[in-house]
Amino acid sequence: MTPNEPEYIITIKNLNQYYGDFLAARDVNLGLEKNKVTALIGPSGCGKSTVLRTMNRMNDLIKTARTEGEIFFEGKNIYEKEVDPVEVRRRIGMVFQKPNPFPKSIYDNIAWGARINGFRGDMDELVETSLQKTALWDEVKDKLKQSALSLSGGQQQRLCIARAVAVQPSVLLMDEPASALDPISTGKIEDLIDELKQAYTIAIVTHNMQQAGRISDYTAFFMVDDNRSGYLVEMGATEQIFFNPSDKRTEAYISGRFG
Amino acid sequence: MITPSNVLETHLKNRYRRGTFWKVAFYLSTVVAITFLILLLLNIINGAFGYVVVENSIDPVSLEVHGRTLEEMDPPELIGILETHLSRGLIRRYNHEMPLEERSEHEVLQLVYERVVAPKIIKSWTLFESLLQGSAIREWKASNSPQGILEFRTWLNLNFIRSPQSPTPEFAGIRTALLGSLWMIVITILFAFPVGVASAIYLEEYARDNLMTRIIQVNIYNLSGVPSIIYGLLGLAVFVRLLEPVTSGALFGLTDHSTASGRTILSAGLTLGLLILPIIIINSQEAIRAVPQSLRDSSYGLGATKWQTIWHHVIPSSLDRILTGTILSVSRAVGETAPLVVVGASTFISVDPNNVFSKFTTLPIQIYQWTARPQAEFRNIAAAAILALLVLLLSMNGFAIVARDKIRKKRRG
Repeated sequence: MTPNEPEYIITIKNLNQYYGDFLAARDVNLGLEKNKVTALIGPSGCGKSTVLRTMNRMNDLIKTARTEGEIFFEGKNIYEKEVDPVEVRRRIGMVFQKPNPFPKSIYDNIAWGARINGFRGDMDELVETSLQKTALWDEVKDKLKQSALSLSGGQQQRLCIARAVAVQPSVLLMDEPASALDPISTGKIEDLIDELKQAYTIAIVTHNMQQAGRISDYTAFFMVDDNRSGYLVEMGATEQIFFNPSDKRTEAYISGRFG
Repeated sequence: MITPSNVLETHLKNRYRRGTFWKVAFYLSTVVAITFLILLLLNIINGAFGYVVVENSIDPVSLEVHGRTLEEMDPPELIGILETHLSRGLIRRYNHEMPLEERSEHEVLQLVYERVVAPKIIKSWTLFESLLQGSAIREWKASNSPQGILEFRTWLNLNFIRSPQSPTPEFAGIRTALLGSLWMIVITILFAFPVGVASAIYLEEYARDNLMTRIIQVNIYNLSGVPSIIYGLLGLAVFVRLLEPVTSGALFGLTDHSTASGRTILSAGLTLGLLILPIIIINSQEAIRAVPQSLRDSSYGLGATKWQTIWHHVIPSSLDRILTGTILSVSRAVGETAPLVVVGASTFISVDPNNVFSKFTTLPIQIYQWTARPQAEFRNIAAAAILALLVLLLSMNGFAIVARDKIRKKRRG
């Protein structure tokens, strides 16, 4: 951990996430430091994606989902009654595992989110800056009117990031954003994440340990217990987790002995 | 221990044999289905074309004045012919319907042919008889009707589509029925499409998964299997009787004076709308369910509200399937007969419907009426009307496919 008091933009306190009667993640406590990349790693079914999705209330969309505990975003508990999940999701953007651009033009993919959120500025400019931030502008500037589905998988995923950036969030949640992509596209996404942390706080779920090692400042390691509930084993600076973990299970996982 | 290779070989042969058996069975099923379809079509075509022997009461040549044929005459001359050949009472009746002077030349000419020339079909043959027994037909004509005219008739022709209903098959047409069908379908679509799609959106996107929703869902599935005649009874009770002031147009001062009852296009259209409503709901629900969750997620992830997600993504993504299903069920409604009999489609009507409060008849009703008549010629025009109905249905389905592909292409870029 950093010696001076870290500034957390999101803090999770005593989180229990249920799907029906099933406890998917239990007693999770963690914080996302501002303008840092936090990686959530762990074996399959350990609840890392579940935890990620609680942070912008995406789990609310699942009918049987129930969340206990508190998640503070900029000092306010986003699970309080008067908080509108729609506003939460605009401030805390999300990028999904499979690139999922809208079946619209490249331009409209970026513009749509801003438009529905009542953006009243120069739309062309917003589209351009969003695409530039994701290093996609040069590749698509001549075909903005073309369907986003004509792009390659890697380009589609960067478009999805650009789309998330365009609604001006402060946090970006990424759920295995490169797992469906080839190594070159993955490299580009990783470079992009490194760029984006200047302006955004990023949480990324990944199965790829090398990726977590390469791009994250902090790493949270999750495990799954005998009841198939996920829990946080430990969290710390990535270097510490990778080279000097305090928990034996973390060491075993990192060194590839299971998972 | 390893199985000897000859055992494996016979086993493999058996597996292939089983596969071949089923392949042949599936192939035969397809052949049976296609055969019956072809037989149906041939049967209809067989009736819709063929030789007829026509005898005119008065030879049109004898009506010519100074070598000018009936087609070349002016309306006043034609009216003169009518007045010389028809009884006064009949002329008075025509004038009462609509003064002869005000009728179009085509109508007057039609009247001259129908009433004065008055061709009578003595005998008609089917298409196959006409093709195979040409000489026998000519012999029959020579011995039984030397003064008659033998001609090859296409029963489905422009006149047939343009003419209103008539008691004589030679002059009967399907205009009234076709217009009735079209008017009714418009009402059906206007009612069933918005209501059906809206219910589907509610059930899929808003309704909670509780006992009430499940009961509603099961009932919708059951309703889609209820015999159509039951819908007719419902339509009779609700639209024709209960809502008579509305469906007869009395409330709007648009009542058709000849009936002034609820047996109108509006009642029929709404009844058929009810009939296809469950089908449209189920089909739209399936279309909405097929929209990938990832698309909704990406919309919500950008801070979209539920309604924005539905309006901008769910509906556009499912619209092609919704439209296809709607048009297919509307095609079913076009062909319905039983509920309309109950709701009170007119059996004989020669006045075009001019608004939704008109009396009406539809193509299937017309076909049903004609097939029930004893004269052979009615079967010919029934076959022709069936062909017309098939063309109408096929063009609707064709339109559905084109519309769907257009929407799909637009969205897939």
